[in-house]
Amino acid sequence: MMGPKSPIYDYLRYKKKFPTVWCPGCGIGTIMGAIIRAVMSLGYDKNDVVMVSGIGCSSRMPVYVDFNTLHTTHGRAIAFATGIKLAKPHLKLIVVTGDGDGLAIGGNHFIHAARRNIDITHILINNSIYGMTGGQYSPTTPRRAFAYTAPYGNIEPDFDVVELGIAAGASFVARTAVYHIIQMGKIIEKALKHKGYSLVDVISQCPVLYGRLNKMRSPVEMLLWQKEHTVDIKVAAKKSPEELEGKYVVGIFKDDPDMPEYVSEYQKLIDSLKE
Amino acid sequence: MPNKERPALVQGNIACGYGALAAGCSFFGGYPITPSTEIAEFMARELPKRGGKFIQMEDEMGSLAAVIGASIAGAKAMTATSGPGFSLMQEHIGFAYITETPIVVVNVMRGGPSTGLPTMTSQSDTLQAGFGTHGDYYAVAFAPSSVQEVFEYTVKAFNAAEFLQTPVVLLMDETLAHMREKFIYPPTDSIEVINRKKPETPFAWFKRFEMTPDCISDFPAFGDGYRYHITGLVHDPMGFPTAVSSEIVKSAEKLRDKILIHRDRFTYYEKFMTDDAIWLIIAFGTAARSAKQAVIEARHHRMKVGLLQLYTIWPFPDELIAELSRNVEGIVVAEMNMGQLIREVKKACPRKLPILGANRYDGVLITPDEIIHSLKAVHGSKEK
Repeated sequence: MMGPKSPIYDYLRYKKKFPTVWCPGCGIGTIMGAIIRAVMSLGYDKNDVVMVSGIGCSSRMPVYVDFNTLHTTHGRAIAFATGIKLAKPHLKLIVVTGDGDGLAIGGNHFIHAARRNIDITHILINNSIYGMTGGQYSPTTPRRAFAYTAPYGNIEPDFDVVELGIAAGASFVARTAVYHIIQMGKIIEKALKHKGYSLVDVISQCPVLYGRLNKMRSPVEMLLWQKEHTVDIKVAAKKSPEELEGKYVVGIFKDDPDMPEYVSEYQKLIDSLKE
Repeated sequence: MPNKERPALVQGNIACGYGALAAGCSFFGGYPITPSTEIAEFMARELPKRGGKFIQMEDEMGSLAAVIGASIAGAKAMTATSGPGFSLMQEHIGFAYITETPIVVVNVMRGGPSTGLPTMTSQSDTLQAGFGTHGDYYAVAFAPSSVQEVFEYTVKAFNAAEFLQTPVVLLMDETLAHMREKFIYPPTDSIEVINRKKPETPFAWFKRFEMTPDCISDFPAFGDGYRYHITGLVHDPMGFPTAVSSEIVKSAEKLRDKILIHRDRFTYYEKFMTDDAIWLIIAFGTAARSAKQAVIEARHHRMKVGLLQLYTIWPFPDELIAELSRNVEGIVVAEMNMGQLIREVKKACPRKLPILGANRYDGVLITPDEIIHSLKAVHGSKEK
């Protein structure tokens, strides 16, 4: 069921703010839909949901969703979310960042929030490029890929977001892709339900900049690239490292509900001082 | 806690912590930096006992981000830092300003630029407190000069922040922060505490940044049932980004006018022996204490000197300066920097008269003698 009668429209500021700022073929809208469906299926009260973003294409998402929405500064969304969560622990915090936003300028906030294991869901929209500023290479641009600031091909190695999240101490870490829309929805739902820092690395497409510079001119070509370059975690377990060269493993890498969560630990501290 | 019956010797930084708690602060986000760290340590100890939250963030950008987040969620929130950290926080002082979020930022000044003089006193962030972030903005900054006043002005900083819905900077200096003085905790019912304006209108009619006659809008917290948008982009009264010329102008002027409309309410100063004064000293913070002594000593030598001690530094009280300058023949601006506030004083004086600085910038408290020296110079320049 599409159009304003679909229940998803109850969660959108479509009358005020549509159409969106995103380019045709961009993956961010698909991810926004998946986030809303996950919130719907969990039955959260919209008044209890807070979406926080930083700066970049992904960070425009809060404008369109009918939650408590906060569009902050470049890279700092997670630190803002930390303050909100601590001040009002019953709120559900969803942070959307891009790859440059979340891993370059915001890398420090990301690893430290993961280390604290604070109950925030971090959706990292990973399109391997700075889109809003016009196509510069990011910490997840693969080696040899092209960007306007890597006109001869990128010589820097890229971050593995999943490994980074696990090493930093996040208690839920997953990767998915826009192509895997069903899996993405399920993973985001699990991430939201998870108590602790939940990180979802979503491989997304930027056909207008990354695609054009890297010989994938249409969104369809980019989605097919995602299909061909992703391997489910269960399948990947049976493959050799050589077979997985250049592929992105998708699925849930870590889901530990028993790790101490920061805000709960703080509440325990408060309670212990009352006695 | 020190009270009327039991005054205590208290450090400036600790009095700041007492003041924050008295004002209702329930959130502190910070990053360790000399000479402000005792404030963070005090809050880490005291806040959880009262159900409040303290967090040591990974850096100063994160600290102020968490503070703003907590304020948006309804908490009275603050941080404390010093020069290098204050520089890093400028990004979010701008964010708090444009998003009309009340926060208190304590800057215990030390010598700069850069790492400068970490353990020595200074007033060299005075202009930064007024113009530190990028873009047009109207800052609010207060500067106490004694331990008792640190308490009082920390409360006032929260009140101004909550009333005006804007960041307020409390400028201290290393001397004041680490000095121990007699401190009396005032009776609780004598402390005026102001809280931000909450909406009475239902959600359907609610506009977070509504244009009102006094430029103050209703501010429900996230989670209160008013779902709205906050952005660091220039925004319309609903809070959504705008690029419409008329809306941009209205939004910028609202932010300015809300400070200027209410400036009298938050302009704090004290006149000392100014009634018959021919010569005027203008000073703030610990330098004002040396200036007061300088007035007393100069009066012994029959020099008709008075002191204007400023507690509100920004917005700069230029009308007050203009008025006081009418009856004097010369002004000395005493400050522990190379001459920052003197620029504002010169701008504010409508007529030409000698205005000299008494400046010290070696990390040591300025002395009354040094101020008297400048007084004599300004006196001499008039006689020539």
